[in-house]
Amino acid sequence: MTDRLVPLLVAVGGFVGAACRYAVGVAVPGPDAAGTLAVNVLGSFALAASVSVVRSRRFRYFLATGMLSSFTTYSTFAVQTASLGSAWGLANIGANYALGFAAALAGLRLGRRFA
Amino acid sequence: MTAWLAALPDALLVGVGGSLGALARYGVDVALDGGRSSTFAVNVVGSIALGALVTSAAPEQILTVAGAGFCGAFTTFSSFAVNVSEAAANGRYRLAAIDAAGTLVTALVGVGIGAGLAGL
Repeated sequence: MTDRLVPLLVAVGGFVGAACRYAVGVAVPGPDAAGTLAVNVLGSFALAASVSVVRSRRFRYFLATGMLSSFTTYSTFAVQTASLGSAWGLANIGANYALGFAAALAGLRLGRRFA
Repeated sequence: MTAWLAALPDALLVGVGGSLGALARYGVDVALDGGRSSTFAVNVVGSIALGALVTSAAPEQILTVAGAGFCGAFTTFSSFAVNVSEAAANGRYRLAAIDAAGTLVTALVGVGIGAGLAGL
């Protein structure tokens, strides 16, 4: 029952997602944390929307497990928060959490409408 | 255009590290049966590793492959945000709050532990 294509789909999706995250970081002006905020909000919306829309199991491994999960990052967010100092660090947590959860909720609602 | 071309090798390095990070995260998913605990585990372990990496004297390209690439992709904000939002949307506010706050505190402590280990 094991699908030997799955690890390949996850790896290719991970390549695309991580490279796109890097590209967004280069494109977004301002501090590095701004780029991380952008990918985390965008990726949370897209992943949430894909949950009920994408039916194909294989496509889900590529898009959700591979690409969209790798496009966003928790470790970079945590390290940047720790290095920002208390005021900007708290602002960074507030921005990622408030906008990330709002984006995920919006994505879940939108996805259910189209499912 | 030139800035974009100059950034291309780095984007490829991040992609290579990212494909391995995504594979490792998938491995943890399989081992822990996916879901909330699996997302928590990768986010904490990846934050410890990235905290150690950025504190170490690793060369720039290693930081790009292993840090931005591997650790960046091994951990995930989107799966975490969907887990929390789904719990909240289903009225499980306590679970959502514990996941949101617990991941944050543990990951930040993890960054400190990683930095401490690298500084030894």
